[in-house]
Amino acid sequence: MNQLFKKRKEQISIVQQFFNRVVKTEVKVVEASQLVICDGCKQAIAPESIKANQGVCIHCGYHMRIGAYDRLSLLLDEGTFREIDKKRTSFHVNDFPGYKKKLYQYQQAANVNEAVVCGSGQISGVKVAIAVMDSYFMMGSMGSVVGDKITKTIEMATQKKFPLLIVSSSGGARMQEGILSLMQMAKTSAALARLDEAGGLYISILTHPTTGGVSASYAMLGDIILAEPKATIGFAGRRVIEKTINEKLPDHFQTSEFLKEKGFVDQVVTRHQLKDTCSKLLQLHQGVNL
Amino acid sequence: MKSMSAWERVMLARNPQRPKAKDLLPHIFEDFIELCGDRHFGDDAALYGGLATFEGTPVTVLAQSKGRNLQENLECHFGMVSPEGYRKAQRLAKQAEKFHRPIITFVDTAGAFPGKEAEERGQAEAIATSLKLFATLKTPIIAIVLSEGGSGGALALSVADRIYMFENAIYSILSPEGFASILWKDESRAKEAAELMECTSFDLLNKGIIDGIIEESEGGLHQHQKTAILLLKEILRKELGILSKKKVKQLLDERYKKFRVMGNV
Ligand SMILES: [Zn+2]
Repeated sequence: MNQLFKKRKEQISIVQQFFNRVVKTEVKVVEASQLVICDGCKQAIAPESIKANQGVCIHCGYHMRIGAYDRLSLLLDEGTFREIDKKRTSFHVNDFPGYKKKLYQYQQAANVNEAVVCGSGQISGVKVAIAVMDSYFMMGSMGSVVGDKITKTIEMATQKKFPLLIVSSSGGARMQEGILSLMQMAKTSAALARLDEAGGLYISILTHPTTGGVSASYAMLGDIILAEPKATIGFAGRRVIEKTINEKLPDHFQTSEFLKEKGFVDQVVTRHQLKDTCSKLLQLHQGVNL
Repeated sequence: MKSMSAWERVMLARNPQRPKAKDLLPHIFEDFIELCGDRHFGDDAALYGGLATFEGTPVTVLAQSKGRNLQENLECHFGMVSPEGYRKAQRLAKQAEKFHRPIITFVDTAGAFPGKEAEERGQAEAIATSLKLFATLKTPIIAIVLSEGGSGGALALSVADRIYMFENAIYSILSPEGFASILWKDESRAKEAAELMECTSFDLLNKGIIDGIIEESEGGLHQHQKTAILLLKEILRKELGILSKKKVKQLLDERYKKFRVMGNV
């Protein structure tokens, strides 16, 4: 399977993979014309124009979900990414009914082995430790392997004195792994506490969606928290809340803009400005970690 | 009682007659003094906190509180804690660290409160900050899962040096109903979910998540609580003795490792 994987990767460039992904899973394909429908404005758009615009709708500015490798190529200086734990999978974690099959299916559909891609790289020449979640893999849910890879990335930041970036995109903890998934919230938060004590910088980037156990652990613990426009961010699910309080919630509830208004996000930053914003923040902290 | 099904234990854990933290505390601690408020917005009755002595030693007690009658149930949101509750816990925990008091928590919640105001006031941030704070708090922490430990709402009070569960308590990623609803879009399959979830005290001991089980007598805690209270006091006495002798660095290193290895597969 690995061979196949490699072969496929050689065949298509990162840009093309991105193009495929958008067509395949995010938006509905309109007949043979290959046009895609934007989730934000429901208009049909040529995939080339979405691709050229970093996955952002050319009509309404809606930020579509993008995969981990596409995100890395937007954020990091070209050719600087060094991945860790690329091959780790979760097949051996437990025998929960249907879990292994699901993992296999998602590995086929998404271009990743698990819901997070971790490593080090450079942003405008500054070395960083970085973890990027991929919501195309089981809704970016956090199981043991995801939690452990993120913890390792945080520990790398602490040990090597790299600033840390985590791009969150997740529905929360992974049900199939039960209590062990829940414990990843404690594990990642404990690692962040140590980074904090060591004086390390952590920039948390929230993208659509950042909810449940991920929002209630590392996503909300950044020294600086940035969010992409109109991302859904919150702890409890919208429907659960509506059922509990027996009323309908306003449209903008649990959006990036809503969280900024309530004081939980520093800035809402468009995808086009994200690298530049991170780069400026990193420059401002240069030497601080040393 | 090991032969019971997980669902039977869920039923015992949720039995309305089952003692709540407020029922048990007077039998465990002396001189409880309640401390209120998060100093930011309000006071959350779902998180009952204060000072007490345990056999002469001052301790800080943080207890999730479901309420013992309908009036209390409503005031406490049935034990579902709001951001103000988690922030009150953080405040009292920092105080415990300052005055070198051990912290003893009682976990009893189906989950954090899923309300509009709770989200507006940062439920996610409140839980996340609790997890981070308790991970490096320079004082011993012992968590006792009393009945129900559900989701991040329970975890926020169980980042501890020792975690014990009452025999018929459950501790899980989500309530069986929530689990069934997410996995099969069908809440009514909660019973089936409970059996799959590995949420009983014996499951959690096997998985290395908890340190021990506080045995309950036949029929559950509400039938006979005296023996269980004596067992709990014995555990607290023993563990406080061990933990308070540790140097802070060792205590924190061991706490870090405890969670660091969970799910390392
Ligand atoms: Zn659009």
